[in-house]
Amino acid sequence: MTQAAVQETAAPAGVMAAQASNEYLTFTLGREEYGIEILKVQEIRCYEAVTRIANAPEFIKGVVNLRGIIVPIVDMRIKFNLGKAEYDQFTVVIILNVAGRVVGMVVDGVSDVIQLAGEQIRPAPDFSASSFDTRYITGLGTLDSRMLILVDIEKLMSGSDMALMEPETLQ
Amino acid sequence: MSTDLKQFYQVFFEEAAELLADMETLLLALDVSSPSSEDLNAIFRAAHSIKGGAGTFGFSDMTELTHVLESLLDKLRKDELDVRSEMIDVFLLASDVLKGQLAGHRGEGEADTAAAAEVCAKLKQLAAAGGVPAKPAAPAPAAAAPAAAHKVFRIEFSCEGVNARVMENLLADLAGRGALENLSPPVAGAGRKTKKQAGKKTGKQAAGQAIQQCVLRLTTSSSEEDIWEALAFVVDPANLKIEAEALPSANAGAVPSADSDKPDAGDVQQDCGYGLFPEAVTAPAAAAVAENGGVAAAEAEPVRSPGRRAIDKLDAAAVKVGRRGEDKLAVPAAGETSSIRVSIEKVDQMINLVGELVITQAMLAQTASQVDPVIYEKLLNGMSTLERNTRDLQESVMSMRMMPISFVFSRYPRVVRDLAAKLGKQVELKTVGEGTELDKGLIEKIADPLTHLVRNSLDHGIELPESRVAIDKPAKGTITLRAFHQGGSIVIEVSDDGAGLSRERILAKARERGMAVHDGMPDQEVWQLIFEAGFSTAAVVTDVSGRGVGMDVVKSNIQAMGGRVEINSALGVGTRISIRLPLTLAILDGLSVSVGGELFIVPLTYIVESLQPAAADVKTVSGRGRVVHVRGEYLPLVALHEVFNLQTKVTEVHKGIVVILEVEGHKTAMFVDTLVGQHQVVIKSLESNYRRVQGVSGATIMGDGRVALILDAEAIAREAQGALAEAA
Repeated sequence: MTQAAVQETAAPAGVMAAQASNEYLTFTLGREEYGIEILKVQEIRCYEAVTRIANAPEFIKGVVNLRGIIVPIVDMRIKFNLGKAEYDQFTVVIILNVAGRVVGMVVDGVSDVIQLAGEQIRPAPDFSASSFDTRYITGLGTLDSRMLILVDIEKLMSGSDMALMEPETLQ
Repeated sequence: MSTDLKQFYQVFFEEAAELLADMETLLLALDVSSPSSEDLNAIFRAAHSIKGGAGTFGFSDMTELTHVLESLLDKLRKDELDVRSEMIDVFLLASDVLKGQLAGHRGEGEADTAAAAEVCAKLKQLAAAGGVPAKPAAPAPAAAAPAAAHKVFRIEFSCEGVNARVMENLLADLAGRGALENLSPPVAGAGRKTKKQAGKKTGKQAAGQAIQQCVLRLTTSSSEEDIWEALAFVVDPANLKIEAEALPSANAGAVPSADSDKPDAGDVQQDCGYGLFPEAVTAPAAAAVAENGGVAAAEAEPVRSPGRRAIDKLDAAAVKVGRRGEDKLAVPAAGETSSIRVSIEKVDQMINLVGELVITQAMLAQTASQVDPVIYEKLLNGMSTLERNTRDLQESVMSMRMMPISFVFSRYPRVVRDLAAKLGKQVELKTVGEGTELDKGLIEKIADPLTHLVRNSLDHGIELPESRVAIDKPAKGTITLRAFHQGGSIVIEVSDDGAGLSRERILAKARERGMAVHDGMPDQEVWQLIFEAGFSTAAVVTDVSGRGVGMDVVKSNIQAMGGRVEINSALGVGTRISIRLPLTLAILDGLSVSVGGELFIVPLTYIVESLQPAAADVKTVSGRGRVVHVRGEYLPLVALHEVFNLQTKVTEVHKGIVVILEVEGHKTAMFVDTLVGQHQVVIKSLESNYRRVQGVSGATIMGDGRVALILDAEAIAREAQGALAEAA
């Protein structure tokens, strides 16, 4: 929640991101800062009312109409028990384009778009105790004094515990 | 070159498949005793077009077969041979083999070369058995150039190493583009050599083999590039030279000095006179020229001179080509202009966009309804125009996906004919309402279940001729395929005047399989038993049917399309199976209901009625399962807020509304908070970005932009029955 009103800066950055694939969009969940590959991000939107889906896990908020496409919305704060799941005009949804699907992800806030060189990325230590499965973490990025958890968002979203896809379509 | 060609393969495959289907339809419709020359010509044209296409793309197996086929057809249409029914059989066989070859080239399975050879042999035998000595078949190019904008090209190339068949195809191809003249110098000693081949010799074959340096003159409307393309497949481009010639010099060549100077007067009459010389019309320049070995072009002239003289000198070649083009191409030309090929993705994209437009329009209408109608009169007028236009636009866009059901029906004459012959039955197939239109997606999916039903009718329904006569029925059975619109759905019926379903046998079989049945079951429920997996009452398992696989697949296929199957049958009188399908997969008529603040759409096709029951009409079974008493019937009750775990204020049934659904002949009462309204909604997939949700068949976007889920009535009904069964 540190940089709440950043949608304005992040959205145009998403458009320019095509130049290099080592650019990351960073967002916060609680006090942790995460980075995902910018090319997987389609757009950033405000949170709007969802249509609930029966018997879905709690972190799947429901579906919304994104210009005619039905898009499921996942609240990462509930999924990882980080931050407070509140919805107001500052709540941000990152619309991702992963595994040929469009998925919306609610986070506490979007920070900025950064470039990381190879030497700034360290391999992830073993987090076997964490709720966050280490399989989805590609490394830890360092930028000045900040630490970014770099996530393979495609793998995470298509994982079976996200319950976003049919079991048979999973690899 | 070959890589460039691949992008056109798909077009050829589609065209060839259509042509084959046309050919089959025509063959089946052909009256053997007095075949119409129009039909024979149409069949010939189809074969010829396939041959041309196959030749261009180098599918030599198809070219060979169509060539033989075409030769025989050519004799038929010229009345050199009479059409006999066994020929039709062989033609149909040939079209099957061609389909196989086509599939082979598409990369779907292997072409049966043995069958191809067999059919070839049969066709040749038929052609020879006619008793008429085979004359050199004059090629009749299907595609003649139009009269306008002609150019004359002089084409020179070395045909060394080009085999005779390829050469022949090439010449036919060029002749198809316009008037072709062969100016090649003869090779000493080879020019007139007769080559006997299977008792048949074509002049062009001899020409092709004889000439080393080939010089052609082509009067055509095609561009130089087109000709270059056509030749470059065959001829080494290094040895190919194409030059444009001035028109007058071409005429000088084409019309030698022997031509008389006719005045311009009386053109019309002379044109008619020209048409009366069939020889000149049917034998194009290419054949005549090639037959005479090239240099003999001038010798060929006298033969044609009566016709030729009648034509105005300046436009000799052009007029000739033009007239032939008109005569032969009247039908295909009309087909070309009346439709265009558009990929289905484009159409679907358009449908989606129009769906968006409808939603936006509804949103605007909702906002506009709140303004003062006196002040904003113009705005509101505009809104109503917009609404009408949007609806019209939506309708016409939806109709783009609509195709007449004759696309499916047309394949059954063949199925019935083959199967009836195999089973020794006499069957007539009647089709009614072929023009009824339905969604292309449905057309493709309905074909398999329908084939199954037709085969079933034939195998199990229609009796053998002897047994039919014994019970005073005509020896020839009738299967009727009928399609018609009813309300918002299309109904397709397969009916036969055969034996009908035997209630006793079905019940006996069901008991044998340990199913819960009793003698008092209504007919409708008994008939539905035949849709159970593995259920067959056929005494003998044949390769046609009787294994009990199929009817269950038929039913599940049709249900997957959002349709229903009903059976009506009377023992000894016949059976009628009706399939009821929604008109389109993209739009649905639905009733919106509200439960706990959420909106759900119930497909209208399942709804029987809605009512508010009295508190006393709601009863429980074993204290858990609930039923509603509606006019003497006890219907299982399912509360939607329980199915979807929603919080609602309306928990007592008599304070809400009960919607009665009918699924597979069973009624279920569904309890909701309130009814909201009736809508036509655009179906959106939940699965494209999410997953299947139990009890929900899809989603849609409402007028205010929010998403509403479409209920899966069958799943809800199952839930209710399940709950009741559990309770009982």
